Amino acid sequence: MSILVNKDTKLVVQGITGRDGQFHAGRMKAYGTNVVAGTSPGKGGQEVDGVPVFDTVAEAVQATGANTSIIFVPAAFAADAILEASYAGVELVVAISEGVPIQDMIRVTSIIEKNGTKLIGPNCPGLITPDEALIGILPGMIFKKGNIGLMSRSGTLTYEVVNMLTMNEMGQSTVVGIGGDPVAGLYYRELLEMYENDPETEAVVLIGEIGGDAEEQAAAYIAEHMTKPVVAFIAGQTAPPGKRMGHAGAIISSGSGTAEEKIRAFAKADVPVAKEPSEIPKLLQEKLAKTTA
Amino acid sequence: MKIHEYQAREIFKKYGLPVPNSVLCQSVEEVEKAMAKKEDLVVVKAQVLVGGRGKAGGVKLARNKQEAVDAARQILGMDIKGLTVEKVLVADAVDIQKEFYVGLINDRNTKSVTLMASAEGGVEIEEVAKNTPELIHKFAIDPLTGLLDFQAREIGMKLFGNVKHARKAADIMQKLYTLFVETDATIAEINPLVLTPDNEIWAIDGKMNFDDNALYRQAEIEAMREADEDELKEIDAHEKGLSYVKLDGNIGCMVNGAGLAMATMDMIKLYGGEPANFLDIGGSSNPQKVVDAMNILLSDQNVNAVMINIFGGITRCDDVARGLIKALDTIKTDMPIVVRLSGTNAEEGLALLKETGLPTVATMSEAAQKAIELSQGQ
Repeated sequence: MSILVNKDTKLVVQGITGRDGQFHAGRMKAYGTNVVAGTSPGKGGQEVDGVPVFDTVAEAVQATGANTSIIFVPAAFAADAILEASYAGVELVVAISEGVPIQDMIRVTSIIEKNGTKLIGPNCPGLITPDEALIGILPGMIFKKGNIGLMSRSGTLTYEVVNMLTMNEMGQSTVVGIGGDPVAGLYYRELLEMYENDPETEAVVLIGEIGGDAEEQAAAYIAEHMTKPVVAFIAGQTAPPGKRMGHAGAIISSGSGTAEEKIRAFAKADVPVAKEPSEIPKLLQEKLAKTTA
Repeated sequence: MKIHEYQAREIFKKYGLPVPNSVLCQSVEEVEKAMAKKEDLVVVKAQVLVGGRGKAGGVKLARNKQEAVDAARQILGMDIKGLTVEKVLVADAVDIQKEFYVGLINDRNTKSVTLMASAEGGVEIEEVAKNTPELIHKFAIDPLTGLLDFQAREIGMKLFGNVKHARKAADIMQKLYTLFVETDATIAEINPLVLTPDNEIWAIDGKMNFDDNALYRQAEIEAMREADEDELKEIDAHEKGLSYVKLDGNIGCMVNGAGLAMATMDMIKLYGGEPANFLDIGGSSNPQKVVDAMNILLSDQNVNAVMINIFGGITRCDDVARGLIKALDTIKTDMPIVVRLSGTNAEEGLALLKETGLPTVATMSEAAQKAIELSQGQ
């Protein structure tokens, strides 16, 4: 098992003829992901790296049975690309595109929810089930198959933590980069539920950051529903209010969304919060030792 | 992106919201001219991009030309939370029977534009939100239908308890929603929305912020931008593909990735130092980006040591190291620098850097401690 993606994932790459799309399609394929199709309007019939290109996602789905899509198109066209995948019947859409307007995402998330499509992102590095499927721009070589689930709003900080886990012989079940935008697809709460139900996941790492209250909601959910241990880290404890720290969602507005509040919420849910990323493996080991004892 | 009250009023007017007439003035003389034909009560309001203007003495009522001129003389040049007042708005005053609050925001949880409305409007709305949140009505608007007539009327009734006023307020809320969506706003607030003794409703103060990611399709909004010095630096960095926020400390940080950049700042603080900035150079080994980033750090007079923290993912650390060496060759600075590389091909990268004599470390905590040590040696 694992969550969301595995060896049965059949991937269609939207924007496969663009620079990023082509580059990452090749990398995902090299990792072992089952990349079955690409799309690029007007370029149907071509091939990229041996992957057949279609004009539309619907054609790609019909011809190849693709059930997951990844989006590399520019931000201005990302909303339409997500909707195209959703109406073509794709089950999971992963939007890598950065800089998508919030109003676009409000409209899109409302529509795809009615269609029953799951979305990761936008502005995210994607997700990976090690040794099975890499859907995104993550560096595959730092991951190791195992039993730790990890979800995060950031990219390189995720790699930093994964690298430490791997070096400590703590492999991962599925690692999900949910993205740094204020309005996005699946969030901690939904993923926690999936990890809880996944027999391969033994413990979960939650990497959060300032802005919004998704971490607080996750803490409330953990206290109520999670039997598996969770360890957290929050970036941005020194960030000033009112300033957007790179990610559109990482902003403390009118005093809410501070790291302090999030850490307090986790403490209440008995979730240890690492002071620095290097503490995470140790905290996990302690938590796991307690549950098995 | 933030705009001034006078700019928000212009947008409100364009969308048909009831806004009293006003004149923007940049000098006492201009206020004199604006008041030449006026006999009515006016409000002289400082135009600065921070809240709390009223409490700081930046908003004054004037009964005639002389009082308006006196008020402008006091307010122009005044310092409000570190910002100098360079413009005042001279606005027609209206009689107030009661003050209300109407605001729209993008809500992350409901993934919708959410309307907030309260019969307890005025300067204390943040207190109301904190102490008596039940007095603020919240309504998540379905993006596929917009704010429907009956929904707006119902909220209007909750506020005014009178169907005539409720209808007027409903119209105002619907227009506010339309302008919010059409301008890609992140906040649109009317506070206060005023009911006069003769049963008129006026929007007498407005606040708007906008989504930076949507400015590409909002040329009119972007043209309203008035950036201060720090913001100009941030905009300049953005154009170079960097994300920069100036802070008050002395240790410059250069990091790839926003989350890691925040964690780096936190780490410096954890070990007793003060970060000078947030700076995300994104993912690539392009030497030009490092040069641009370094120039930004060096232009901050407070910076006396630099910590470079790179996690090599798809971009390998040896490539990053070559980029760094090339960049530092171009800049030729004697600023103390510590470099931390981790991830793909980290060992090769660190070996390359060692040859150049740059202090290198393998972990973030070592890097933070080394940077603090270097900054204290200055």
